[in-house]
Amino acid sequence: MHLFLFLLFGAFCAGGAINLLIQRKTINSALSLIVVMGSLALIYMLLGAEFVAVVQIIIYAGAIMVLYIFVIMLLNAGEEEQSKGSNVAKIFGIPGLFAGGIIGIWVLLQHRPQEKLISIGMLYGPADKVGMMLFTKYLLAFEVTSILVLIAIMGAVVLARRSNS
Amino acid sequence: MSALTFLIVAIIKIAITLGVLLTIVAYTVWLERKIVGHMQNRWGPSRVGPFGLLQPLADGIKFLLKEDLTPPYVEKNIYLLAPALALIMALTSIAMVPIGPVIHLFGIDTPVQITGVLGANGQPSDINVGILIVLGITSLGVYGIALAGWSSNSKYSLLGSLRASAQMVSYEVSLGLSLIGVLLMSSTLSLSGIVHAQLGTWFGFIPQWYIFKGQFVAFFVYMMAAFAETNRIPFDLPEAETELVAGYHTEYSAMKFAMFFIAEYTNMVTVACIASVMFLGGWSGPPLPFLPAVIQAFLPLIWFSSKIFFFLFLYIWIRGTLPRFRYDQLMAFGWKFLFPLALANVVITAFFVAMRA
Repeated sequence: MHLFLFLLFGAFCAGGAINLLIQRKTINSALSLIVVMGSLALIYMLLGAEFVAVVQIIIYAGAIMVLYIFVIMLLNAGEEEQSKGSNVAKIFGIPGLFAGGIIGIWVLLQHRPQEKLISIGMLYGPADKVGMMLFTKYLLAFEVTSILVLIAIMGAVVLARRSNS
Repeated sequence: MSALTFLIVAIIKIAITLGVLLTIVAYTVWLERKIVGHMQNRWGPSRVGPFGLLQPLADGIKFLLKEDLTPPYVEKNIYLLAPALALIMALTSIAMVPIGPVIHLFGIDTPVQITGVLGANGQPSDINVGILIVLGITSLGVYGIALAGWSSNSKYSLLGSLRASAQMVSYEVSLGLSLIGVLLMSSTLSLSGIVHAQLGTWFGFIPQWYIFKGQFVAFFVYMMAAFAETNRIPFDLPEAETELVAGYHTEYSAMKFAMFFIAEYTNMVTVACIASVMFLGGWSGPPLPFLPAVIQAFLPLIWFSSKIFFFLFLYIWIRGTLPRFRYDQLMAFGWKFLFPLALANVVITAFFVAMRA
């Protein structure tokens, strides 16, 4: 059952990502990215990290992607121009893709950990455990990230300010 | 309880909840027209059926039979997706709300909540992060409006939808912050846990709801942010008829317009449910021993329904009374007044919780 659910949500995720690449209109790509974010959140929930899953929905799918959609709406980005495709890309690209995929899968299977597999519920689920980790073990990363976000906000304010001339 | 039993019970709960919710939405429209009418010294709908009670039925038939026009210049796929998104997000939040305590029917014990099961210790257990899921679904509700306005390919729709989305995104911040006070006091994110933290009474008749335990300011911040989230007066500039034609649903006709309409009223009901769970104790209330036993069995449901009805009446009352905010006043109010107030509430509540521990 869990394997079936993982394959289903993984298929949504991969399908959304591939759709993002092949769509010509920008807004459809943005909506596919929202599907990717949502399926990632579902995979997190499958692993037992429910707080992270919901925060992924609230922040990524609910705030960041809304801003992407605003930008696309306001800039009215047109359709993507697609070239006709080259024969070189077809002759070398498609077998190359297969070969690269096979090599990648082989390398990952070689290095699969034999003892510790991720099981359902292994990660810290409830919000209080995540909070404890964030404020004790990962405190430095947390504080540095907030300074990073502050720098981004200051940069945006400076860029958007009208020049006094 | 096996997975199959849970699935069947959940489907039955969903069917009942959906039916009741859509009926409530239809009759909220009737209630609004009647109450606003009486406030304006006229009768609301009074011809169709006794007291106009069949008016929602007539409106439903009208919407189904109206000409469903899709203008040729719209972005077809997104134009059709937007009202569906708005309605899906509006209807999904009800799954987290605990409507009653554990009931025993046909040999199955289950709490009256779509996502709830009876836990091992006899207490109902639902999703650990219930309130965050509701906030997440509220954030996703912005998409319906943003995409609707843009895909309609008309300046009035685009401006209306941009204003509505900016308003919703700004007031979501205060909405979430105002709930943090309650979460600090209950130290759990699950909605049934929050209801259980408010059981009990002082002196036998004053219930221990969070609004009496010090979250009075947070309650008002939440109500004002919720009015802005659901685009109701006094914050309904994006969709008022006298502004911007009709805002983001100008180009929608018949059933698609009805979907936006239903989504708006369902959001009102959801906000009422969350406010009653977080601040007014959900289905809990002081025991009324003077009622006959057959009504006592339904007492949690009666308490919950009365609270929902109180909030819906408050929504309609304010609609009939206040003028609407201008857009810059609206944004200033959200960022310069509500947001610092909600932050101050979080700090003061955290201080008191730390003192008590």
